[in-house]
Amino acid sequence: MAERVIEIDGLRKSYGDLEAVRGVDISVDRGEVFALLGPNGAGKTTITEILEGYRQRSAGTVRVLGHDPAKGEHALKQRIGIVLQSTGVDPFLTVRETVEMYGGYYPAPRPTDEVIDVVGLSEKRDERVRRLSGGQQRRLDVAIALAGDPELLFLDEPTTGFDPSARRNAWEMVKNLVTLGKTVWLTTHFMDEAQYLADRVAVIANGEIVAEGPPASIAGRDQMQTTIRFRPAQGAPAPPQLGQVPDGDGVLRLSTDQPTRAAHELTGWALDNGVELDVFEVTRPSLEDVYLELTGGEEGTS
Amino acid sequence: MTRDIARQFRFTNKAFWRNPASAFFTFIFPLLFLVIFTSLLGNGTTTLPGTASTIKLSTYYVFSMAAFGLISACYTNIAISVVFAREGGVLKRVRGTPLPAPAYLTARVLHATFVGFLLVAITVLFGRLVYQAHLPGTTDALLFILTLLVGAGCFAAIGLAVSGIVPNEDAGPPIVNAIILPLLFLSGIFIASENPPTWVNVIGRIFPVKHLVDAMRASYLGAPFHWSDILVMAVWLVGAVIVASRTFKWEPSR
Repeated sequence: MAERVIEIDGLRKSYGDLEAVRGVDISVDRGEVFALLGPNGAGKTTITEILEGYRQRSAGTVRVLGHDPAKGEHALKQRIGIVLQSTGVDPFLTVRETVEMYGGYYPAPRPTDEVIDVVGLSEKRDERVRRLSGGQQRRLDVAIALAGDPELLFLDEPTTGFDPSARRNAWEMVKNLVTLGKTVWLTTHFMDEAQYLADRVAVIANGEIVAEGPPASIAGRDQMQTTIRFRPAQGAPAPPQLGQVPDGDGVLRLSTDQPTRAAHELTGWALDNGVELDVFEVTRPSLEDVYLELTGGEEGTS
Repeated sequence: MTRDIARQFRFTNKAFWRNPASAFFTFIFPLLFLVIFTSLLGNGTTTLPGTASTIKLSTYYVFSMAAFGLISACYTNIAISVVFAREGGVLKRVRGTPLPAPAYLTARVLHATFVGFLLVAITVLFGRLVYQAHLPGTTDALLFILTLLVGAGCFAAIGLAVSGIVPNEDAGPPIVNAIILPLLFLSGIFIASENPPTWVNVIGRIFPVKHLVDAMRASYLGAPFHWSDILVMAVWLVGAVIVASRTFKWEPSR
């Protein structure tokens, strides 16, 4: 049986009258990448900082590697690595010195150069931190979190502010961590990030979990209707009626529970009539569609 | 724990010398002031406070500036750099690692003490070589070092306590200086006044600055040493530690 690494039961957190987290239950097993997905202000960081030991909960129980993080125990801190949303390091130390210093806080650190290689900062190892770009500083954040060779890694919006290629690199980096057997707790408001990295996703809105599951099937995503968009070439006879509606620019769109059948009918009709379909797309609902529906259409990016 | 402190000290030291602003303001100011004050005012003599002995004003300023250096290194430098580390998120990050908080803070205080001692040594040496700072008696080295240790601890603790009431990094230098500058003036650090008004004397007796510089002068110049100077600083040290333990914050204000 898989070992529980994180166990959250009935977690609540209030700031004065504001209830930021309203009864959340989540569990994460060893070796899993778990993503908490939600708009800004939904409670992602509050929950994450409760797990990390920075915040005290108002109610509920929380276990991280068998410890109550609210106690701030040394034994727990030795086994976790934290990438906060925003933190600083001494700007006058070099990359290597910084990783070495933080690694030194842990009983069995990973070799400094190896950690720097994992995050792709090898060429900057002797550069002072103040001369790194924003993306490089973020990678250094991850390097610091890895320095102590933690079992469990918290990544709070690790790629916010990255350009697309830096994000790809960061994703590969996280994938590598999984092959090392790490458990990863990730928060993000990027759908593609959750889709690519996570084994399991929970969507949070207004302090409550509104859906949970693997990214491919969360909230019945795998059972939702498939969309087919197509456009017959000009002057073609009318296509068979499959319930399509105009979707602008001469494109027709239909939703169906039987995508194979619908596609077959359409292409069969096109071949029989010698009609070329210059647009032909079959799409499953994206995680983003599901997410927007679940979070009430709130903006998913910032 | 000792290993943690030693390692943290090493990295704090590295970063300190690479930061031109902190190295410059902490190190150059006391020497610069010493040269300015002795050039402008250093030709006369003054009575060694609490005794009948007469000393050169340049000798007086050597110890004023040495004390000023110790206070800059321990109080000013700690208060401002801790606020910067807090607002920059460095303290929050450290808090999430297994490094014990006392080890981190102890390393900072020890480093400030080290810088303060270095400054005192440089200033006193400079005074000896350049101004032939006059010695009426024999130096009690043990008492002098004890004075510096208690003084460094006292001002570092006040620095930590003050960092907790500074709301953000912009407010750091103004608040930290607004607290110490009037005290430096009223404690005779910058102006040697033989007959200050009573209220100035009272302030000098309550706050630790004058006690520090008096004890430094007395032990170094071999004049009668007042243990009350050490006692007042020790009381401030304990009080500041109690305040700091309540006001100290690890997380940025925003």
